[in-house]
This record gives sequence, structure tokens and C-alpha cells, in this order.
Amino acid sequence: MNFISGYSRIHQGRLITPKETTVFAAADFHDFLEKAYDQLALAYPKFYKMDPLSRLGVLASEILLRETPVSNYLPDEVAVVLSNAEASLDTDLRYQATIATAPSPSLFVYTLANVSMGEICIRHGLKGENAFFVSPSFDPQWMSRYVDLIMMQDQVKACVAGWLNVLSDRYDVFLYLVEKQKRGLSEIHSAETLARLYQ
Amino acid sequence: MAQPAGCVAMSDVWIISDSIISPLGNSSVENYDAVRKGQSGIKFHETSTLSKTPIHASLITTEANLPFTRFESIAVDAVANAIDGLVLPRDKTIFILSTTKGNIELIDSNPKHARIGLNESAKFIATHFGFTHTQVVSNACISGSLALLVAQRMLAAQQFDHAVVVAAEVLSKFIVSGFQSLHALSPDACRPFDHARTGISLGEAAAAVVLSTTKGKRNLRLAGGGLSNDANHISGPSRTGKELSVAIDHALNSSKVSTTEIDFISAHGTATIFNDEMEAKAFSHSNIQHAPLHSLKGYFGHTLGAAGVVESIIAMHALEQNELIPSMGFESSGVSVPVNVVKKLERRTLNRVLKTASGFGGCNAAIILEKI
Repeated sequence: MNFISGYSRIHQGRLITPKETTVFAAADFHDFLEKAYDQLALAYPKFYKMDPLSRLGVLASEILLRETPVSNYLPDEVAVVLSNAEASLDTDLRYQATIATAPSPSLFVYTLANVSMGEICIRHGLKGENAFFVSPSFDPQWMSRYVDLIMMQDQVKACVAGWLNVLSDRYDVFLYLVEKQKRGLSEIHSAETLARLYQ
Repeated sequence: MAQPAGCVAMSDVWIISDSIISPLGNSSVENYDAVRKGQSGIKFHETSTLSKTPIHASLITTEANLPFTRFESIAVDAVANAIDGLVLPRDKTIFILSTTKGNIELIDSNPKHARIGLNESAKFIATHFGFTHTQVVSNACISGSLALLVAQRMLAAQQFDHAVVVAAEVLSKFIVSGFQSLHALSPDACRPFDHARTGISLGEAAAAVVLSTTKGKRNLRLAGGGLSNDANHISGPSRTGKELSVAIDHALNSSKVSTTEIDFISAHGTATIFNDEMEAKAFSHSNIQHAPLHSLKGYFGHTLGAAGVVESIIAMHALEQNELIPSMGFESSGVSVPVNVVKKLERRTLNRVLKTASGFGGCNAAIILEKI
């Protein structure tokens, strides 16, 4: 059995953790990202080079891993398993608009959804295993089954998992940390728990 | 208490059948024969709808077979070939699509087309065959290898009895212009691990593998695998290769195989300066640098989300035929540590192959296929 130690949710102008909900009076999605970055005092200039999917991933992982740090593990011991509905379509559309004139290499590198996972790994120095799945909506059954399977390996001690989706100004993020023993939130890692926390 | 892994009964996962659709043929056997004869799908295309400037690429000439798109058409053909004559109860079978960009070519003419969505396209293909359990793996250039490993894990844990993994990629202006903007394409056909290598040749392919917890006629199994992230750069590989090496070590451990039992390596070998150097270093870190090695990119080009499955299928047929396939385009080593690149077709007893892959986002994969 594995346990959920904490989560972070970014949805409808809010940053949500088990402890608190922060509401932003933001003019639009871009403004929201800026305000969230300021609120977290992130000091990570690379953030501004990233596409919205990666920015959301970095924000959500920052909130999650500040409350439940994984620094007690080796880099190789922390896995990341993410999923979403739109893959990188949000950035695909922006890259497509550059093709006729001057194809943008800095946009093209973000036309893969798993690059957001790469950004999270770089930010937090996570070198464990990765997987990126695409499903119509957050699928607690599949995610809990797959994460439980990879956690059976001795070398996987913790897993940052969840849902990271954006298209235009519609965004929905739910990241959580799974560990082999109870800590923080200490909820049982199951499809039922994930469905309840995601609501 | 966490349940120790040893308490869970794990099944062996067998390879039942496979299929490749590429410019080299419309079945695995046709593709394998072409490869062992030294034929390449990579051609010089002076004029192409894909690029304003000439490119070397391995392109499939098949048109879309309506109602499917071109991408879906080759995926459907690959699945149809692979499942022909097999009994696969749909409630016990998982269908997994691996691709990086799917129907992205539609974004130009019809950006609101629902099946640009990878999941929508996967469902459309799955429904054609009556598969109801569908999953999509989209993890850059390790997608194919990862999809095979996801299937292996689900079957080993007895979550399903069978898996149909199909991996496909077609090229579009979207993809070609992107690699051109990164200056990643080779002006000539790619030359993996060679001193004169100058980059990637892109390719189109679809490939399908049926896996099962019940052994079929073939004596092949997907023994295990490992994965890792470089946590270094989103579009350049690790400078040390240590992270790919960790994935290789996990693959060996999970397969209960030692380095001396690996008979050959099917490398990612994209023929970029940095990828091949990183891979060579990783093989040294894992102390597997003596094993004969090839990259199949010289035959198929880099088929992106299809590569792991296409190359694993050729590797499986090489195991069955006991043939080492030469690495096309290789003359002399252009990496800083020793590598044992295969230059001539050679018959020898082969039982185990290590397949590696790496991709944007810093991801690495290693899987081990074994002949029993």
C-alpha cells in the first residue's frame, strides 16, 4: 500500500493545497500565472522562457514539494507520472502560427507534452522514471494502478503524479505526491482517494 | 505496511506477433528482409510538400484510407496485420497508442479537428477493432519503448491478459520545420555513431506488437525495462550519459540479466553529435560497451514515437534469425569512448537484446527482449 502525502491544485484562479486556498483576482490566465509566480517568490527566471503547460507544472510542483519536500530521497528515487487531455496542443497552435514566416525553435521544443515533466525534473532535480499519458479526463483508476506498479520497484521511493492540462485560457492542474509510508496528508493512495481530492 | 513486491505473483510477458508498415515493406518479415539486404527507406526528396528545401527522409507513399487520416491508416494497417488470426477477448486486452504528434498535419487546414487530440485518434482506431480499454503514451522519442514497457508492466501484474501496442508517426510541415529550426537534420542520409555524422534523417512508420501472459508459438518475452530523466536540459541530452546508464542498470536488474548476457544493443543512435556521444558514454558506465551495437536509423530514419516499437520488432526478428544487423551509414567511430558497432551482417547465436531510447524532456528508456 502507498500513501498520498500532499497535493496541489490549480484551477479557476485558485491555488489549493490541503492547508489553504489562495484566490487571485487576475485579469486573465497570463496575469494569473504572473501573480502566482510572484506569490510563490519563485526567483526562477527560466519560468519566463517556458510555455504555459510547463509554467503550470512548475508552479504546482513548487507548491507541492515545498509542503512535502522530497530532499530526503536521492534524485534517482523520485518518479514523475503525468497525464492530460490536450497533450501540447496549446503550444502546437502557437508554433504552427510561426511556420509560414520563421519557425520558432524555442516554441517547437515545447510541442511535446512530456517536456513539462522535464521542466519539473530540472527545477527539483528529479531523475527517477517518467511517463506521460493522454486521456480524455483525469483517470484516477489508471493513474493509481500505474503508480502502484512502479512503486513496487525498490528504487522508486516516491512519485510526483497527476493531471496537467491547458488549452488557451482553460487550465486544470492536480499534482500529488505518493510515498511508501505515511507523511503529511497520509491518505491511502487509491482511485477513490484521488477522485475525492480532485473534485 | 507497504506490500513487498515479492508477494505479488508476476506473470511472464510474451511476444505473440508483430507488424511494421514502412517504405521498406508492409509486414515485419518484408521490413526485416529489406534491412538485412542493406536497403534503406531514406531517399533524397528534392521537392516535397513537407519542406521548402530538399530533405533526406524515409516517407510512406500510402494515401489516407477514409474515414481514417494518413496517420490512422498506417496504424490501422499495422494493427490489422498484427492481430490477424488471434483471439483477443476485448475485456481482457489493453490497446496502447504511442505517438509524439499523431494527426498534427491537420492543424494547418483544420485546427479544430477533434482527432488532432491524441486520445480521440486512439479511440477512433481502437473502436474500429472493438478495443475498449485504450491508453495513449506520448513521451517524445521514448514513447514506443515506454509503451511496450507499460504493456509489460500491466500484463506482468495481471491487470490485463493481452496488450496491443501500436506506434505510429507521419511527417508534416509541423515536424520537419521544427527539426530544421533546431538545425538537427542531416544534409545527407544519417550516419549514427560515425565520425562524419551530421544529424537526423526523419522517417514515417507504424508498428504493432501483441503481447500476452499466455505464450504463443514464439519463444520471445519482454523481460523488463528501466526509465530515467536527465534533469538537465529539455532539448539536449545529458553530457555524461549517467542517467541513461541508470535506466540500463534498472532494465538489467528487473530482467535478472547480467551485462555479459546481453548479446547486442539496439541503440537509439539518432546520429546527432550529442545523442550518440551520450549513449556511448552510458554504455561504458553500465559496462556493456563490448556488446555489438547498431542503430537502425540509417534504414528507417528517426520515426520518433514509432521508433522504439519499429526497432524492437527488428531486434526480435534478429534474435529469432540469429543475425547481427549492421549499423547503416557507419564507417569509423565518432564518439569519445569505445563502441562495438556492427559493420557486417553476421550469423551468431543471439538470446538477449538491450533496446535504448532517449528524447526531448530529458527522458531515457531501456528495455530487454529475451529469446527463451
